[in-house]
Amino acid sequence: MREKAIVFEVNERQHCTTIPSHRTLLEVLRALGYVDVKCGCEKGDCGACAVLVDGEAIDSCLTLAWTVEGRAITTVAGLGNSNNPHPLQAAFARNGAIQCGFCTPGVIIASESLLRKTPNPSDDEIRFALSGNLCRCTGYTKIFEAVREMVLTRSGGVLR
Amino acid sequence: MFAEFDLEMPNSLDEAVLALARSDGIETLTLAGGSSLMVDIRARRVVPERLISLARINELRRIEILGPRITIGSRTTVSDILRSNQVAEHGAALAASAEVFAGQMVRNVATVAGNIACGSPAADLVPPLLSLDADVVLTNASGFRTVPLADYFTGFKQDVRRPDELITAISWDVPGAKCANRFYKLARRKGDAITVTGVAVTLGAANGVCTKARVALGAVAPIVMRARAAEAMLEGSTLTVELIEEASLKAAEECQPIDDIRASADYRRHAVHMLTRRLVAGAWADLHLATEVS
Repeated sequence: MREKAIVFEVNERQHCTTIPSHRTLLEVLRALGYVDVKCGCEKGDCGACAVLVDGEAIDSCLTLAWTVEGRAITTVAGLGNSNNPHPLQAAFARNGAIQCGFCTPGVIIASESLLRKTPNPSDDEIRFALSGNLCRCTGYTKIFEAVREMVLTRSGGVLR
Repeated sequence: MFAEFDLEMPNSLDEAVLALARSDGIETLTLAGGSSLMVDIRARRVVPERLISLARINELRRIEILGPRITIGSRTTVSDILRSNQVAEHGAALAASAEVFAGQMVRNVATVAGNIACGSPAADLVPPLLSLDADVVLTNASGFRTVPLADYFTGFKQDVRRPDELITAISWDVPGAKCANRFYKLARRKGDAITVTGVAVTLGAANGVCTKARVALGAVAPIVMRARAAEAMLEGSTLTVELIEEASLKAAEECQPIDDIRASADYRRHAVHMLTRRLVAGAWADLHLATEVS
């Protein structure tokens, strides 16, 4: 085990912090106070710990912190907050896509990762993008409808 | 929570193989996407003292066609495969397996080489690659060697890779128009599920005769295996419903499945029979369609 100072950005804020070589990004983010990133299965099954690294969703539980040195991380709180919600966050609230809320940060991150690459996804593309997020409350239907509604609103109601 | 280990972050392939060469008796493992290795470390199935991360080695993340060969760099991710028109065209079964691979976040990091190196008989990308007669390129500080994927695995989670070697590429001959390549993964769900049985089939044909048959079976033996007796029954013949049925039964005979939490051995054998029959018939139909079009 070694320690070194790692510089990276979280939600547009620079961090320089000393991290041991075996520490995961999930552990580091939560220790820094980004507790909107949830610790679920720690196996890459549930997606609760998903964050964007340079715009692409990854499971932070499977990622060693040293490997994201110099990169830009976005957690769900970096997308928006209750005063100024991201359109996805607003759509989730409107559609009742949140029950206990534990999976929600990861689901929104996975959705945002999809929409950055595919602004007007098909229904199948939405389902495929969310295949790595487990939700035990909603049965997924309302989550799917929330993402779909946001896509429809943004594309002016054009269905693919 | 984790066992403690050191981490090296080489900036190039040369640096990486040098780091592997000087292990000095330290238990060293290569880390690519981490979707398998990190889980194994957390479960203490492996206890490395040092990891060598390939995260910075972008030269290993590429898909290219040179003459008759398509080559995929070892750090190419499952998402990269899904975005590749070249793989869609020249490795239809591989593209199909990427479509049923884990979930988005894992697909964004999991690599082709990692899926091979983890040695799981349920590794989704391996049956397609085996059906394409893919080769694995192994590189160390003094050079590289090429091993057919068919000879790569020696037993459950065991392979021919030496501790100082890194998988650097996977390549195969671009299949021609007279070749069809199909894959099906049987699992509880399409996404985020471990394979119960995976089957990949490649067929080649000339003048109405099957000139080449590959039947690769996943999750029904200690390693991803080829159903060689079934392949031999198909090669050299004009495929009929009866012959396809016989060969599929032979494939089910050849496999060595086990009972586990996901399925019984009997069910897996039945799945091999049904999936082989369906995929061979489908691939044979693909070939005839290609003939009619051309």
